[in-house]
Amino acid sequence: MLLTGNISPVKIEQEKLYLDMGLSDQEYDMVKNILKRRPNFTETGIFSVMWSEHCSYKTSKPLLSKFPTKGPHVLQGPGEGAGVIDIGDDQAVVFKIESHNHPSAVEPYQGAATGVGGIIRDVFSMGARPIALMNSLRFGNLTTDRVKYLFQEVVHGIAGYGNCVGVPTVGGEVQFDDSYEDNPLVNAMCIGLINHDEIQKGIASGVGNTVIYAGAATGRDGIHGATFASGDLAEDSDKDRPAVQVGDPFMEKLLIEACLEVIHSDALVGMQDMGAAGLTSSASEMASKAGTGLEMNLDLVPQREQNMNAYELMLSESQERMLLVVKQGGEQEIIDIFEKYGLAATAVGEVIKEKVFRLKQHGSLVADIPVDALAEEAPVYQMPSKKASYVKAFQEMKNEIPKVENHAEMLKQLLQQPTIASKESVYDQYDSMVQTNTVVTPGSDAAVVRIKGTDKALAITTDCNSRYIYLDPETGGKIAVAEATRNLVCSGARPLGLTDGLNFGNPTNPEVFWQMEKSVEGMSEASRILDTPVISGNVSLYNQSKGNSIFPTPVVGMVGLIESLEHLTPSFFQQAGDSVYLIGDTKAEFGGSELQNIIQGKYEGKAPSIDLQIEAERQKQLLKAIRQGIVHSAHDLAEGGLGVALAEGTFNEKGLGVDVEVSGNPTAALFSESQSRFLVTVKPEDKEQFENIIDHATEVGSVTANAQFIVRTKDRVVIEEDARALHELWKGAIPCLLKSKA
Amino acid sequence: MKFAVIVFPGSNCDRDMYHAAKDVLKADADLVWYENSNLENYDGVLLPGGFSYGDYLRSGAVASTSNVMQQIKAHAEKGKPILGVCNGFQILLEAGLLPGAMLRNKNLAFMCHQEPLVVANNQTQFTTGYEKGEIVRFPIAHGEGNYFCDEQTLADLKANDQIVFTYENNPNGSVADIAGITNKQSNVLGMMPHPERAVEELLGSDDGLRLFQSVVKNWRESYAVNR
Repeated sequence: MLLTGNISPVKIEQEKLYLDMGLSDQEYDMVKNILKRRPNFTETGIFSVMWSEHCSYKTSKPLLSKFPTKGPHVLQGPGEGAGVIDIGDDQAVVFKIESHNHPSAVEPYQGAATGVGGIIRDVFSMGARPIALMNSLRFGNLTTDRVKYLFQEVVHGIAGYGNCVGVPTVGGEVQFDDSYEDNPLVNAMCIGLINHDEIQKGIASGVGNTVIYAGAATGRDGIHGATFASGDLAEDSDKDRPAVQVGDPFMEKLLIEACLEVIHSDALVGMQDMGAAGLTSSASEMASKAGTGLEMNLDLVPQREQNMNAYELMLSESQERMLLVVKQGGEQEIIDIFEKYGLAATAVGEVIKEKVFRLKQHGSLVADIPVDALAEEAPVYQMPSKKASYVKAFQEMKNEIPKVENHAEMLKQLLQQPTIASKESVYDQYDSMVQTNTVVTPGSDAAVVRIKGTDKALAITTDCNSRYIYLDPETGGKIAVAEATRNLVCSGARPLGLTDGLNFGNPTNPEVFWQMEKSVEGMSEASRILDTPVISGNVSLYNQSKGNSIFPTPVVGMVGLIESLEHLTPSFFQQAGDSVYLIGDTKAEFGGSELQNIIQGKYEGKAPSIDLQIEAERQKQLLKAIRQGIVHSAHDLAEGGLGVALAEGTFNEKGLGVDVEVSGNPTAALFSESQSRFLVTVKPEDKEQFENIIDHATEVGSVTANAQFIVRTKDRVVIEEDARALHELWKGAIPCLLKSKA
Repeated sequence: MKFAVIVFPGSNCDRDMYHAAKDVLKADADLVWYENSNLENYDGVLLPGGFSYGDYLRSGAVASTSNVMQQIKAHAEKGKPILGVCNGFQILLEAGLLPGAMLRNKNLAFMCHQEPLVVANNQTQFTTGYEKGEIVRFPIAHGEGNYFCDEQTLADLKANDQIVFTYENNPNGSVADIAGITNKQSNVLGMMPHPERAVEELLGSDDGLRLFQSVVKNWRESYAVNR
């Protein structure tokens, strides 16, 4: 890539150098019209990053507007560093999810680490203390050395950054499918806690106010990272390694503490982190939001390499940097706070009235751009959409029950599928307990962190079964949101809202765009009916390699409020003698199921159906029963259906077993992935009260003391296994896969 | 009794230690920034876990050279209780207040979970609230908790009863299953497991609370005697 600033505007146009930077011919002409002249090299670079998908959402914007974003408790919707939701007592929860897919495909440790660092900055730039991290990961099947390497290094990267910075990684999810083989997905979510009067915004208001740069110095790392992330992953992506940034969690820890001290200073006007497109995006967005302009002297920007030109300084994505706007005269107060933590903070410019983004270096003007052209007025495209050709055939397929001879063996196989198997070997590497709030550690339906000084807690989950979305994007989109709410309700929480991490293939492919459109529509409808507004999010497109798109993967990160710690409900069985209930109806639904994956080695047919009204009603009833204190454990049914959920119920140190009788075809009863179902245990004395509240609950058996796992039909025993042996299989599967030779 | 919780750049269990001492134990405690601090008015020092200075050199090495360590050494000589947890333990080792060194965990990975410990010595001011041989559950969270020392040092540790906590199922490869040791005078305790994360049943264990309670109780008794 060309990094020189000495190329003339004429040459850029004649040799179409802008194409290399990611601008199309049409976009270059738009730039010329805006400037009423040819852009110079630096300006071309600035336009190209700000108009990249990563910064401008130019193809996804029309879809994002479909999301419901408002609600009585939403204090800040999409558009700032992160969304904010009121949780009472003058406190609010701040959260957002972000992807770091392309960097992680090329340099997995740093890609994942800086993904964590970036999302933490989004949260504390709002003034919130980061209290928890979650992640949602996708890899190919663990059969090649390359995939194993990507998997292990991504986990190391998340651990390396999160552990050092002192924010607990409390949970997440990992799925494995071939479609992610060369293009893993690494989505990180951060949750913060804030008092209402501390909420900050990334605005550059007040003409004459000072722009302060704080944190790490700028180097040549990550130049054009946003553009890299907005293109196809190519086979020669290794050459893009310089576009991947390197993280310094120690610096980030200092930045957190300094910024959370700075917010108490009256001198602070606005604050934003330098994420994608670095100094360019933070500065121009802050000015655009405030209706002002900014002038910066690049000679004042702290630099860790010599002779950096304006293009490099503006496009660098060096990590752990913040941009602040400070009242004129209040600079020293702010600088002193950063200095206490050994951090550099330097005045680099000022807010100006004229709405332009003006940069000077070595005494000359190096960029002069109308600020709104970079942010608000970036181009938006309505991409053509075409129903994916495979879908018609899938919809015409009948729901058939696969042949399973030996249900015990099939259950064992399912428990060892990496998507279902225990992720303990992953999350044991994360400090899940620092800050001493983690009530439910990784491995349950939802993670739970208490809020010190109150009787409340937050439940957090990330979910997305992309197999269903591949088969039927709209239904799959609904299921992704519904599953997240289900997980929260099982833990005793009322869902508050969600952040979306949209990961798709190449949007210029009309069939991919159709997948995006339909899944967003499904998610939107579910968000409306389940009352979970979308308060923040991220879009990652062009996730594909060797010509194939990934499965459409719109990850849902969701937070719920547990109003009293008494409502906390575990996901595994608690006591022998408890009655086991299945809530919901089981149909023969195997499209996209783990059973289909095992038997057919591919996914086809219809996705499981979902009725959102029934879902909402059922969740309401379950939450009511939980709040009345009569639910001993609650677990949602997901991959692997009832069989896997029953087994997971016994997977703890209590040495419990379960004995149930199922009706109908045992394969469907045990392994169908029908939606809106829960597995609940209730004390015998509470059964009547429970049945009065829940409409569709069937008592299927009881929890036993002998660690035996028994499933019967009316006339025979279908499975009889030692629950501890099943537990061992489930726990050992991923470590075993990682050790085996590819 | 008043505790100082020392905060180094990169400490990240400082607020947890403070919460345990102040909110749960209900003792007096301050967060004390490592620079320009005066520890004179404190009766005990708590060195919290985390990644001081990012642990980019050896864990705890940079913090062990900071000025505040001189004051902590003076406290140690006076017999005041000093507790170093995780990175705090590593700092005490680097500062020479405790013998030995830390290696990376034997599986070369960071690990975080509850771990059963054996109370090997209940005759220190930190452990009188426990029974000797009692099994307690504390969380561990470290990448470099594999305690190492030479044979002579180990023999000395044993002879002087300086081994206070051992792992029941040694997770990290530590010599002699060591999880926590004191100095010869037994007023400086370093341990990798986190007692401050085990002070509330809600979070999975309150076995650590008795450690802090022991310190306060023993301080009160000696204070009453010395008066």
